[in-house]
Amino acid sequence: MIEIKDLHKSYKMGSNSLHVLKGINFSVAEGELVSIMGSSGSGKSTLLNILGMLDEADSGSYTLDGVPIKNLNEKIAARYRNKFLGFIFQSFNLISYKNALDNVALPLYYQGIKRGERVDKAMAYLEKVGLADWAGHLPNELSGGQKQRVAIARALASDPKVLLADEPTGALDSKTSYEVMNLIQEINDEGRTILVVTHEPDIAAMTKRIVNLKDGKIIQDTKVNQVRALENV
Amino acid sequence: MFDLERWEEIFDTIRKNKLRTFLTGLSVASGIFILVVLLGIGEGMRNGISQEFERDAANIIYVYTGVTSKEYKGLNPGRRIQMKNEDFDYTALKHQDDLEFRSSIFRIWNGIVNYGKESGSYRVEGVYPDYQFLENSGMIEGRFVNYKDHDNFEKVVVVGNKVRNDLFKDSKDPIGKYVQISGINFKVIGVYTDPGGEREESKVFMPISTAQRVFGGGNNIANMAFTLEPEDNFQAALAASNRFTADVETQLKETHTIAPDDESAVSINNSLENAKRFYDLMDMIKFFFWGVGICTIIAGVVGVSNIMLIIVKERTREIGIRKALGAEPLSIVGMVLHESIFVTAIAGFIGLIASLLLLEFVGPLIETQYIANPAVNFNVALTTVFILVLAGAIAGFFPAWRAARIKPIVALRDE
Repeated sequence: MIEIKDLHKSYKMGSNSLHVLKGINFSVAEGELVSIMGSSGSGKSTLLNILGMLDEADSGSYTLDGVPIKNLNEKIAARYRNKFLGFIFQSFNLISYKNALDNVALPLYYQGIKRGERVDKAMAYLEKVGLADWAGHLPNELSGGQKQRVAIARALASDPKVLLADEPTGALDSKTSYEVMNLIQEINDEGRTILVVTHEPDIAAMTKRIVNLKDGKIIQDTKVNQVRALENV
Repeated sequence: MFDLERWEEIFDTIRKNKLRTFLTGLSVASGIFILVVLLGIGEGMRNGISQEFERDAANIIYVYTGVTSKEYKGLNPGRRIQMKNEDFDYTALKHQDDLEFRSSIFRIWNGIVNYGKESGSYRVEGVYPDYQFLENSGMIEGRFVNYKDHDNFEKVVVVGNKVRNDLFKDSKDPIGKYVQISGINFKVIGVYTDPGGEREESKVFMPISTAQRVFGGGNNIANMAFTLEPEDNFQAALAASNRFTADVETQLKETHTIAPDDESAVSINNSLENAKRFYDLMDMIKFFFWGVGICTIIAGVVGVSNIMLIIVKERTREIGIRKALGAEPLSIVGMVLHESIFVTAIAGFIGLIASLLLLEFVGPLIETQYIANPAVNFNVALTTVFILVLAGAIAGFFPAWRAARIKPIVALRDE
């Protein structure tokens, strides 16, 4: 599903340049649930942003579902993001003036789906995350866990190939974190490929494979026995 | 533009950001409102001053004489110059092809007019029949004096509307009645009205021949009034009247032995030249109002641009989210512009309609001398709305375009 070869990325900080990713080789098969771990500054978020086409690599190749991702202009990048990827952010990134249902329906709007169908689909995904009763509520009327569940529903709405989660539990307490992880596990159980960036070992342990990043290089890549989040709730 | 989904998205945004929308709209609506009201008042002043002008025929030339101020050919200064019938006849004959209307005027002092128990002091003047048109008077009853009255020295008078109301209070029909002027009976043959108002309507006219004979005027006249045949345009008319004025002045000075550079003996009031000054003034006022109006519009555009900048800045994170969810840069620009154009257009029309209603309903109530019937050219007003909308769109485009080009990762980091 994801194929990365010799990926480099550096940022210019004034006259210095900061080499963040120093040759990443990495692949993810369909249906995997992978966590990318590392201390802050290890380059894990940069890697996720490149995978999410929110940022561009300096060199190296990236293939997503057989499509080579390179030299994208903004327009095509936007289309690929819409078609292939669903994002879950640490700070939820819901649009504050739209209610839960409209937030979930937004990726569908950019797919050009008509309003009626959009609302039906969005409602179905809200039901899936257990928030059907909260469809008309604005984000600031929801708890952190609920907001993240709306964000997950939104990420799922466009039926993407891969879900990318950047510290999805970073802003939540442990109980809510486990509930959210449980939801992510359930979605993975249905066969969807999911990448989770985290620095919390207990969250990483709930995935099926842990990739450890340090100073811009992968130092460890191991399959683990998944801990079901439900057991910890 | 006709994408229904886009419209729904825009309405959604507007509905949920009422304050922002209201503030944008307010600056646009007030800008348009002020501009249209200003233009309306400008037009009202123009109308008002034009009305002031309607008192007399617009191109009337008025000749009167005074006292010489210079010694000339052995004659002392301080002589009073008295115009005679010959002066008038000569001028009328010499310029007969150029003149439209002509009249000399004999003024009767102490013009006490009586009818029954009522009496009043009015300006009583002996005039030629043409004087009706020189004064721009309209007859409401009877007729003006004519050449037959003139030739037969008829003792007839035409009274102003105010004179009629003063003297003939109850018996409404004064035609055929006799009034006494200095004890002499005159038959009323007509009542006139004058757009100049009451002051112009409190005069009494009689044939100049009668006036000179009855009131011992000999062949003296007080003034001469002329209008020239109309010309194709204002410049030609002005040139012709200046030529005529100069000629009459030279001729009078020659006849009465006045120094050519003596300015107090003969005065000629050329209303066309006055009119030119008035129209120049009107143009200045118009320019001024347009200047103020355009500045208002510029202020409005700056206001809209400012608000657009803030809106885009405020929405940076939202734009990042939308881009992460698959919004193309053009759709972001489109969304921001669509909203701003829609809001400015609606607000612009609200401002336009409010100001037009104000002019329509309050305008006619304004009763000062110099403002009459303020109104505005609808096309002009509409154009300004479009200019404002366009300017707002252009002003909104650049920040929107910049926002659309920010990498989503940068936009999402924006707090």
